[in-house]
Amino acid sequence: MKAPAFSYARPGRLADVLALLEKHGDEARLLAGGQTLMATLNMRLSEPALLIDMQSVAELKGLQISGQQLRIGAMVTHSEIEASALVARHAPLLAQAAPHIAHRAIRNLGTFGGSIAYGDPAAEWPACLLALDGVVVARSLAGERRIAARDFFTGLYTTSLAADELIVACEIPVATPGQRFAFDELARRHGDYAVVGLAASTQWTNDAFDQVRLAWLGVAPLPMRSLATEQLLQGQRPSDALLARAVQTLRNELPAEADLTHSAAAKQHLAGVMLKRSLHKLIDSAASTSGLHALAPLGRGLG
Amino acid sequence: MMSPEKSIDDLSTEARPVHITVNGTPGQHSVQPRTHLIDFLREDLGLKGSHLGCEHGVCGACTVRLDGQIVRGCLVLAVQTDGRRVDTIEGLSDSGAIRDLQQAFIRHNALQCGFCTSGMLMAASELLEQKPRASREEVREWMSGNYCRCTGYQAIVNAICEVLATRQAARIEGATA
Repeated sequence: MKAPAFSYARPGRLADVLALLEKHGDEARLLAGGQTLMATLNMRLSEPALLIDMQSVAELKGLQISGQQLRIGAMVTHSEIEASALVARHAPLLAQAAPHIAHRAIRNLGTFGGSIAYGDPAAEWPACLLALDGVVVARSLAGERRIAARDFFTGLYTTSLAADELIVACEIPVATPGQRFAFDELARRHGDYAVVGLAASTQWTNDAFDQVRLAWLGVAPLPMRSLATEQLLQGQRPSDALLARAVQTLRNELPAEADLTHSAAAKQHLAGVMLKRSLHKLIDSAASTSGLHALAPLGRGLG
Repeated sequence: MMSPEKSIDDLSTEARPVHITVNGTPGQHSVQPRTHLIDFLREDLGLKGSHLGCEHGVCGACTVRLDGQIVRGCLVLAVQTDGRRVDTIEGLSDSGAIRDLQQAFIRHNALQCGFCTSGMLMAASELLEQKPRASREEVREWMSGNYCRCTGYQAIVNAICEVLATRQAARIEGATA
């Protein structure tokens, strides 16, 4: 189908974007990479009067380290993140996740900020932002505010962003030497939305899990962490018994919801599989870099 | 580019001037905001090589290059490309840059009806540049965004892998010659 008629503006300054947004309110839509918005326009699921294209706003671009934070401009594309040496070094979880996002032609235009603002529960970046304890930097004419990722996603495609606000950037604490990451997802075809996916981060302290964060995509109406499972792992050294208990705890706590292709029970099962694989990845990467000797080989069953 | 002083009414849906370089030729055009890049290329410029399949970013038949990078032409508005460079299969094939790829597609029967072919070639051309040492698995991942309903994909992947190998051999020969 063809998109309905609308108007279009491409301001060069952030202040002009915000002024247009305030003036036109709900009638206006911000256009970042457009890789979701354009599809919904073509299907007439969305009929704005005005698109405000942010491609010329320099303040929304670029990746940089400021203090102990990696700052990702809202208009940074998935491909830029995929190729960035800065990201590979300071936020390796994002480098692991990027290739899973859609397909190359979409990664070339789709943006980090757009993905966070849309808040798709099956998308990669919202879960990564949760797993990394990131912060969303939002701006309106009234000023700037910083929203922790755990407070940002509030429901299905719903965030705590106000109508007159936009995302300027996201900030992620830079990886510490003891931190380990794992990203994995199951999809019917490479690049499709995940059936189940997991973004995981842990500190590795005295050969044990510490400050584990497990953020799930494709499972519930919003990206969410499994806090009981995280707590179970806290301070524990890896063993087959621990992993089995973690999978059990996860399956009990995860409020999986069915989608078009998978029942809730199937998702719950697959999440357990995903957890086990990811914990193995975390353990392996800790063992290979910290000279972990005492670890007995763990079972690799897929259950 | 639209100059800020020539401000049009915020909510006008009328066509407006844009300056787009298509296949190396700069041009002044007039487009409505709602027109996506493929409709502009096909209907306004008569460049029918880029195909319109699903029109919501799934099938890849509309793959073109924007400032050198492949994009879904149905997920970009023509007005968004104001001041930018667009390359289509017409420009890419005329340039001769992918003649080996086109020949490999023919040799391997990597096309039947041809509807997906221009998108396949556009996507593969960026792969050849970006990942000249791609494995078969990487080729499959890269091409996963393009649908083909005729070939079953094996022939397409075979053709691309052959070009990767041939170009790599040529590079090694060139380096040792």
